[in-house]
Amino acid sequence: MRQPQEPVQQVKKRRDSVLNTFVQSVPFLKFMGISFERRGDELTAVLEYDPKLIGNAVINRLHGGGTSGFLESTAVITLAWKTIWDSMEAGELDLEHLNHSSLPPLPKTINFTTDYLRPGLPRDAYARATIVRAGRRYASVHIEAWQDNRDILFAQASGHFLMQAVKQ
Amino acid sequence: MAKPNKMQAAFTELTPLCKAMGMQVTDVGEVDATISMPYSVELIGDPDTGVVHGGAVSVLLDSVSGLAVMIHPDNIGNTATIDLRIDYMRPAPPGQTLVARAEVYHTTQTVAFTRATTWADNPDKPIAQATGAFVFKRKADI
Repeated sequence: MRQPQEPVQQVKKRRDSVLNTFVQSVPFLKFMGISFERRGDELTAVLEYDPKLIGNAVINRLHGGGTSGFLESTAVITLAWKTIWDSMEAGELDLEHLNHSSLPPLPKTINFTTDYLRPGLPRDAYARATIVRAGRRYASVHIEAWQDNRDILFAQASGHFLMQAVKQ
Repeated sequence: MAKPNKMQAAFTELTPLCKAMGMQVTDVGEVDATISMPYSVELIGDPDTGVVHGGAVSVLLDSVSGLAVMIHPDNIGNTATIDLRIDYMRPAPPGQTLVARAEVYHTTQTVAFTRATTWADNPDKPIAQATGAFVFKRKADI
């Protein structure tokens, strides 16, 4: 059993290094400028505004496909994170030699539906994923994305994902 | 299907995210359009296999569907995506250019409905398919 008096810095370091290992293993996240902020086990994805994310240069709005990719990325990382949580907290991961090959493979998207509620403004966007159901094989996830106001969503999405068997 | 005219070919050039991903308009028809997207290591979603991220495929399918709506002969002005659903059927082969074709299969006064498919070398082996609803403004009858 893990010591109940584990120093807080050690707890944070463990969680942040596992999360960063997932995030840094996906080149597309870097291309898009997507990062993740963590509060306990809660993740918020951040899409940092960049002019290359624009889809309509006349009225300066985010590309819908890019928004969809942002929400899908939020779902994939959140699912991977929730999947690894228990073994991470139980101290089963070798943190000294952490790389993406030592973590479970990322879930695969089966389908994904994006509902564009408002035009994406040329500024940062945020998203959180709710895992509606995660079975052993399939998961159903709902994602909400906003910009300036948490209660004013500019997109929402839902998708199904294939959970991957743990690597040997 | 025909080669795109200058204005149609400029679509990917004038759309920053399409340009950043190296997309090109290759064909346009009355109610359909085709766009290609070259493979890039920047777009990888699966580090173990080098398969491009589903999000990159979303950008391609949303772009080609939007272009098909924009060039529709009954449409005036621009468009925007209302809803897009994508089914991922098989992984995109690493290293290969993706081709995506979209058609507008129905329009109302205010909405265009689209279907799109993307493949690598064989159109009979689709990587993903999308159905969408887009903002549409019908030309007034003359």
